[in-house]
Amino acid sequence: MAEPPSGGTGIEIRNLYKIFGANGAAYVDAVRAGMTKAELNRRHAHVLGLDDINISMPAGSIQVIMGLSGSGKSTLIRHVNRLIDPTFGQVLVGGQDVVAMSPDELRAFRRHQTAMVFQKFALLPHRTVLDNAVYGLEVQGAPRAEQRERAMRWIERVGLNGYEDRYPNQLSGGMQQRVGLARALTNDAPILLMDEAYSALDPLIRVDMQTVLLDLQKELRKTIVFITHDLDEALRLGDQIAILRDGRVIQQGTSQDIVLRPADDYVATFVREVNRGRVIRVDAVMGPPDASAPAGPQVAPETTLDAAVKQMVSNSVDAMSVVGADGRVIGRLDMPRAIAAMVTPAAGGG
Amino acid sequence: MDWLTSFPQMNDALLRDLKKTIDDGFRAFTRAYGDSIEAFFEPLRWFLVQSERFMTQTPWPIILILVALIAWAASRNWRVVAGAVGTLVLIGYFGMWEDTMRTISMIVVCTVLSIAVGIPLGIWMARSDRVRAFVNPILDVMQTMPSFVYLIPVVMLLGIGKVPGLIAVVIYALPPMIRLTDLGIRLVDRDVIEAADAFGASSWQKLWTVQLPLALPTIMTGVNQTIMMALAMVVIAAMIGVQGLGQPVLKAISNQYFTLGMFNGLAIVGIAVMFDRVSQAYGRRLQRHREVVHG
Repeated sequence: MAEPPSGGTGIEIRNLYKIFGANGAAYVDAVRAGMTKAELNRRHAHVLGLDDINISMPAGSIQVIMGLSGSGKSTLIRHVNRLIDPTFGQVLVGGQDVVAMSPDELRAFRRHQTAMVFQKFALLPHRTVLDNAVYGLEVQGAPRAEQRERAMRWIERVGLNGYEDRYPNQLSGGMQQRVGLARALTNDAPILLMDEAYSALDPLIRVDMQTVLLDLQKELRKTIVFITHDLDEALRLGDQIAILRDGRVIQQGTSQDIVLRPADDYVATFVREVNRGRVIRVDAVMGPPDASAPAGPQVAPETTLDAAVKQMVSNSVDAMSVVGADGRVIGRLDMPRAIAAMVTPAAGGG
Repeated sequence: MDWLTSFPQMNDALLRDLKKTIDDGFRAFTRAYGDSIEAFFEPLRWFLVQSERFMTQTPWPIILILVALIAWAASRNWRVVAGAVGTLVLIGYFGMWEDTMRTISMIVVCTVLSIAVGIPLGIWMARSDRVRAFVNPILDVMQTMPSFVYLIPVVMLLGIGKVPGLIAVVIYALPPMIRLTDLGIRLVDRDVIEAADAFGASSWQKLWTVQLPLALPTIMTGVNQTIMMALAMVVIAAMIGVQGLGQPVLKAISNQYFTLGMFNGLAIVGIAVMFDRVSQAYGRRLQRHREVVHG
């Protein structure tokens, strides 16, 4: 879980509905009264994009929104900076309702509060890496020297040193997305919106870029909204995860909640494919401290089961004491418990 | 069975009256406003005269050097420069230097005017479907109406001379400029536009930093087309008194001077090829960023 935010900007989405079609607003009441997506489509030829979304994203943490194509995840993230107007509901960013902003306020909000990274990179092809990175500052009207200086810092930070004069077409996909990330970070906004930012990348590069993001987040503590269709990515990055299906949130929680307590069969199907040992943390499955048993080696509560079991095997023990940050023993993990949590449960197990 | 073989047409007297009324109305309009319309186009005439004076009174070596410099600046390609200079030298050697300079001057002014009018109109069209729906049929008429037809009112209003010639050429050469500007802007990748929006770009910023730069290759094609169409109008413009390579062609037609017509015709082709190669090379240079694609 994230540490308490240090005065950052949180995002509150309340009762958000989006109905696509010529006259979406006319059907909000019907949908709120329980009309289904299929029925709305059949009877009124309107598409229910988002159905009563309520998500609270604390400042300074990574909120992952996971769903398959057509689940409404890309629609949802575009409501945060209002690239898409909602049909009904509120999007509160730092207490301010984005939906109620005038065009000028909205532009200022996008310039200073948010930055976005896109699935297809959406770089300016006629500009070099450096000129792409300065784009946000250029739009803000920052002095040219400052634009370059700040952009260069982030270009270096994302590992594009020496590429600043290349054009996007001269770079590989992974490199291009680093440019996209540098462009967003140069904006220095408290909110970072990442719309399937890594979905177009090769698996290895994707993992690489996830690491880049996690490393950056350790010092930046931005409020990051990360969209993905990949549960592994969601579990690796998300402080909080919301799973979307057909425009509805079907489960919200931490990675531990999702893996150990899937809300329904749909989520369970996804979770079945997950490498549980790398996701589940010791504190999610440990038993109570047992003073009578031998203490065993110490392990931190946020260690993954994978690492903990490895430690037990290499020390030839079958139990460990879980020790919190303050040095107190908060629990005990034994081998059967760890193994049981790591194997995919039959119905009701775990 | 008479009614079947001849189409039921408007009563002859009525038709005659209709034509007469329109003609009289236009004549009255010409008498009333001809002078003020002429005054309105005075700056254009001045521009034309100055440009022609520059082209015909500047010593020929300086013109050649200027052409070489422009060709180099646009293409950075020695072959294009050599081709442009060679074409002009050949034309001059065959005794058509002065007419060629007049024609080039006319084409340059027409092109500048078409760009100045066409790009803003094209941008406006790209931003509003309503404007587009309104302007498109007008452009269709401009492109398909035989030029002689709109020469009539232009000559009635402004008489014979450079300005009516210019207007006739611009009417014909303007549509591709407008159309390709509109098309270029509409074809800009939506994802990139969305990114600009997400960073809070105003619509002017979007236009200058995203839409126009990305539409530029298409716009350059429009410029190229406009130049080509303006050159195609040179002979017709000569009919209403525009000096240049068109007039010897007209003379050749009426007197059946085959060689005279051929030489001047080839000179027009030569200029066309020269303009085309230089403007296309420039258009390609603008797209360098597209060339090196990562595999």
